[in-house]
Amino acid sequence: MAKFRGAIVVDNEKCKGCGLCVAACPTKVIDLHPDVNGKGYHYAYMKEPEACIGCASCAMVCPDSVISVYKINVQ
Amino acid sequence: MIDINDIVKPENLIYGKSSLLTDNIMHYCPGCTHGVVHKLVAEVIEELDIQEKTIGVSPVGCSVFAYNYIDVDWVEAAHGRAPAVATAVSRLHPEKYVFTYQGDGDLASIGCGEIMHACNRGENIVIIFINNAIYGMTGGQMAPTTLLGQVTATTPYGRDAKLNGFPLKITELIAQLDGTCYVTRQSAETPAAVRKTKNAIKKAFQNTRLNKGTSFVEVVGTCNSGWKLTPVDANNWMRENMFKKYPLGDMKDI
Amino acid sequence: MSEIKLMKGNEVIAEAAIRCGCDGYFGYPITPQSEVMETLMLRKPWEETGMVVLQAESEIASINMVYGGAACGKKVMTSSSSPGVSLMQEGLTYIAGAELPCLVVDVVRGGPGLGTIQPAQSDYFQATKGGGHGDYHLIVLAPASVQEMNDFVSLGFDLAFKYRNPAMILADGVIGQMMEKVELSPYKPRWTDEEIEKISGSWALTGKKKNRDRHIVTSLELDAHRQEVFNEKLQRKYREIEQNEVRFEKINCDDADYLFIAYGSSARICQKSIELARQEGIKVGLLRPITLYPFPTQPIAEMAERTKGMMTVEMSAGQMVEDVRLAVNGKTRVEHYGRMGGVVPTPEEIVEALKANFKL
Repeated sequence: MAKFRGAIVVDNEKCKGCGLCVAACPTKVIDLHPDVNGKGYHYAYMKEPEACIGCASCAMVCPDSVISVYKINVQ
Repeated sequence: MIDINDIVKPENLIYGKSSLLTDNIMHYCPGCTHGVVHKLVAEVIEELDIQEKTIGVSPVGCSVFAYNYIDVDWVEAAHGRAPAVATAVSRLHPEKYVFTYQGDGDLASIGCGEIMHACNRGENIVIIFINNAIYGMTGGQMAPTTLLGQVTATTPYGRDAKLNGFPLKITELIAQLDGTCYVTRQSAETPAAVRKTKNAIKKAFQNTRLNKGTSFVEVVGTCNSGWKLTPVDANNWMRENMFKKYPLGDMKDI
Repeated sequence: MSEIKLMKGNEVIAEAAIRCGCDGYFGYPITPQSEVMETLMLRKPWEETGMVVLQAESEIASINMVYGGAACGKKVMTSSSSPGVSLMQEGLTYIAGAELPCLVVDVVRGGPGLGTIQPAQSDYFQATKGGGHGDYHLIVLAPASVQEMNDFVSLGFDLAFKYRNPAMILADGVIGQMMEKVELSPYKPRWTDEEIEKISGSWALTGKKKNRDRHIVTSLELDAHRQEVFNEKLQRKYREIEQNEVRFEKINCDDADYLFIAYGSSARICQKSIELARQEGIKVGLLRPITLYPFPTQPIAEMAERTKGMMTVEMSAGQMVEDVRLAVNGKTRVEHYGRMGGVVPTPEEIVEALKANFKL
């Protein structure tokens, strides 16, 4: 059982779908959405939200600062 | 089961966009390292609470529009001349934090003279140097830092030392200059690397506060469009090729 | 109390800069103007007024330092001579494009290329027509005495700030090297931060405060239509400058049948030529443009109505003569007499040229 639970909120319209967050996520939470945003990019989203531990790795490597990270202690 | 809405609450926010970043959508290609480094510069200025005292000098190249993204006063310099511009700003505003943000073409090629002399004079400024081994804005031509064998628009058969000379390790040269107090080479492709780069940028700005001279932070980055790779593959290529020629770490820290 | 001294033109530039509250000088040595920075370094104004003086690594760096200082709303300047000013053209077009005030002193020597270190006026085109790329002008003042070297430093800064445009003092090796009596200007203090805020607070880099948007000093606009709007604004500014800032001097013009048009040291020599010509019964006068941009087009056009001919005297192959011809627009004959390569014309040869050109 994870000590922490996290969640991310992606600014879908500003996401450029580069996929760096997908690669950076240690628990494989994130994927690129099958849908596209107004600019035609497959934006990032939480495909496996339960796996998120709120480590913020995704947000740290995000070049466009479109990811906000939330975290709670569940112990 | 914990509902997502129970997690996504303002009091649980642990990482978000710096208030020093504007709402403008960056013009950079998806996955560009510039965006990450812009964010780190903004975070450092915010954390040191020096927005009112910071003046940025943007270059010519992809990051010419840096002034659209970080919410401080900016002057946009001619190609390569940012260190000269920053010299005057800093000398006339000795209480201010003055930084240049330059790419490899701007800093190591056309602006080689200005960067050498500003660093040699020990101007009390911060230099942020993004090295992605290519000219991005003009469409992917050879930069002074382009690796041997690397294919660019002007080295279509790969960079050949006989024709084009060798990749310029300018940061190693800068570290030899007595005016510099802190010279480091970092990257920004992993969370750990991002943390280290942010610490380096913070130290550089703190050096300005201590009036220690020139701090020079190189960030080895990717240009996935110019390299014709996906952002993730570009990171891998950078690790395998760039880091060999441009090893990471501090070269000087006085 | 005024202070009268015997000084070299170049030294006076330095002295006048300190006295007019200049914040920064950035330069690179080049003959025949190196005394400007040498005098500043000897005077150590940083101890007296806080003025920054820095020897840059090149003219390219020095003009870009001027760009940075000007972006802060500070009174900054540089000085150089022809080959150095060629290197500065990049910075100057950025400064004009970013609408920044500054002062550049060009003590002209003969060219092209490395040319000579002797005086010349062969950079008139470069100075008055923009010099670098894009549609822009510098405000150009042409001193004819050491006194004017003193006076135009302050005037140059005033005009530069009034119009947010670079100003240039276009001197030559004669004026720069000549020693003359000069009445130095009284000291004016450097502007305080509060004064800069008042004068240039809407655009200068003073650090972004919470209550204002960030200031961005740039000459970049990728949208063609917006760039055109900016170009039109610049042109309106130049028309305003042309309307308000023309300065010239008329000597012996009232009864003149013929007119010399000359600026700077050539104008001084022409004054002797007038004496010599009048001894021979030739009624000749002198119109001396003091501002080369804006050019005294109207006064020259007026004189064209009542003179039999005009002759420009320039230490060049004939550059200003083109502006005189445009002003005169065919109403009278316009000839040119010039010496090149650093050769200074004598009063006698100027009179001979006048006589030969107009068959007198």
